[in-house]
Amino acid sequence: MSTIALNTSSAVGKAAAGNAEAPVRIAVRDLNFYYGDFRSLKDISLDFYDRQVTALIGPSGCGKSTLLRTFNRIYSLYPEQRADGEILLDGQNVLSSSIDVNELRARVGMVFQKPTPFPMTIYDNIAFGIKLYERLPKSELDGRVEEALRKAALWDEAKDKLRQSGMSLSGGQQQRLCIARTIAQKPEVILLDEPTSALDPISTGKIEELIEQLRSEFTIVIVTHNMQQAARISQFTAFMYLGEVVEFGPTTKMFMNPTKKQTQDYITGRFG
Amino acid sequence: MDTALQHRASPEPTTAPAPWGRVRRSRHVADRALKIICTLFTVLGAFVLGWILLMLLVEGIGGLSPAVFTETTPGPGSQGGGIANAIVGSLILTVLGIMVATPVGVLAGTYLAEYGKSSKLAEIIRFVNDILLAAPSILIGLFVYMLMVQPMGGYSGWAGGVALAIIAVPVIVRTTEDMLRLVPGSLREAGAALGAPMSTVIIKISWKAARAGMVTGVLLATARIAGETAPLLFTALNNNFWFNPNLMGGVANLPVMIYQFALSPYENWRELAWAGALIITMSILALSVVARLLLRKDKVR
Repeated sequence: MSTIALNTSSAVGKAAAGNAEAPVRIAVRDLNFYYGDFRSLKDISLDFYDRQVTALIGPSGCGKSTLLRTFNRIYSLYPEQRADGEILLDGQNVLSSSIDVNELRARVGMVFQKPTPFPMTIYDNIAFGIKLYERLPKSELDGRVEEALRKAALWDEAKDKLRQSGMSLSGGQQQRLCIARTIAQKPEVILLDEPTSALDPISTGKIEELIEQLRSEFTIVIVTHNMQQAARISQFTAFMYLGEVVEFGPTTKMFMNPTKKQTQDYITGRFG
Repeated sequence: MDTALQHRASPEPTTAPAPWGRVRRSRHVADRALKIICTLFTVLGAFVLGWILLMLLVEGIGGLSPAVFTETTPGPGSQGGGIANAIVGSLILTVLGIMVATPVGVLAGTYLAEYGKSSKLAEIIRFVNDILLAAPSILIGLFVYMLMVQPMGGYSGWAGGVALAIIAVPVIVRTTEDMLRLVPGSLREAGAALGAPMSTVIIKISWKAARAGMVTGVLLATARIAGETAPLLFTALNNNFWFNPNLMGGVANLPVMIYQFALSPYENWRELAWAGALIITMSILALSVVARLLLRKDKVR
């Protein structure tokens, strides 16, 4: 797979076509989000399909990261932020107060813009998440750590330094470590918040390949500023502007033949 | 245009054209003056510090001998003697104080940085902590006298330890909070995103990330209380003998020993006071150096 495809249309041709027959995994209904008094998401309704990559695109401040941060309720770390509406994960509203947020976050993993390795060894970085919810004998834990590192395409580079600090890795490796840490918990959904915007092109290519592979197992939602990236790796794309979803559809259609003029203008770089 | 060209060609580049030249000149002079004054006062400060250390070395090294570390403080009029009891006593009081202060300070600092943040209660605690940080240490001695020495019926090492702990707590609170605030919020979010409850994020991630800074804070607090005299005057007092195993009664310690011996008419007492001052200063210096190395090592990593 070409990692630095600059031609949008040819990149779209390479990405797998969106499978609209896939069941809906996350259904967002009438979602509003507030930072204090400021309403930053307005009546969002959107479906995310099972084991498909959905890209959220749009200019800075349009609310795409905010939307992502509602799925695992990470926003609730900040008391002035709140959301209302429904986010149905397998039919269960994750915004409901009866949901245990920590269990939710184990089911809905998240990788951030800047790599965030914990100040511990590579091994412990991955074991950290597993140990939170499972009590495994050492041998089984070792197996899980290896499995996660293999899936994140980091095993070959890291297998000889599992006891070294996670901070000693390069930026791209750190980001793959964070992905490994997330998939080690065996989540159902993975949220990626501009996972490659702090990385060089080679590392970005590796992460993109990785996302392509992970798609067979996980439902993935990715926020990206990079049009080509959205075209390359996603099956569905939602274009957001000023807290609203302007257009949503299969990535191929969104990039080749968008319905709204605004989408067309953004994708071709005329604004944003 | 013409004049500009002419000026560029003029053979005297040092004289700038008026009126800008005049403004620039006065700014230049002010700039130089401030720089010179600042440097001068820095040198003055460093000079005084150097002088103190030099005096301490000259006077202190003369008083050092093996007996200083093995014998107890001499009685009035007797010759020789050492300060072994004061050294051990100081160690015990300092360790006692820091053992009490560390959990209190670390937990309070953690509350401020992780839970309280900018809440009203946190603001009040921060304010009170700053006052405690600047409180006259003799006052803390008096407070512990009322709190412990009177009810317990006499001076004790316990009271001394508590008095030193009260001095150390605000230092540890402040450094712990500052160091935890340096831990990027993204690290906490990443921990929470894995489903870790807040307590786990704090203990396993925030504390670990801020570890070097927090240990440094404890070391600096140790250095601070190792030389405190006033809070011990009313609490541990002093003693010319080895202390009781239960730490009741006076406990010999370096700062109060220095205070009493330095004022005495006996030559050997004054020599021991110098030796004690040298030992205590060198220990504090060593602690500070270790604290700095720890921080630097952490930054490199």
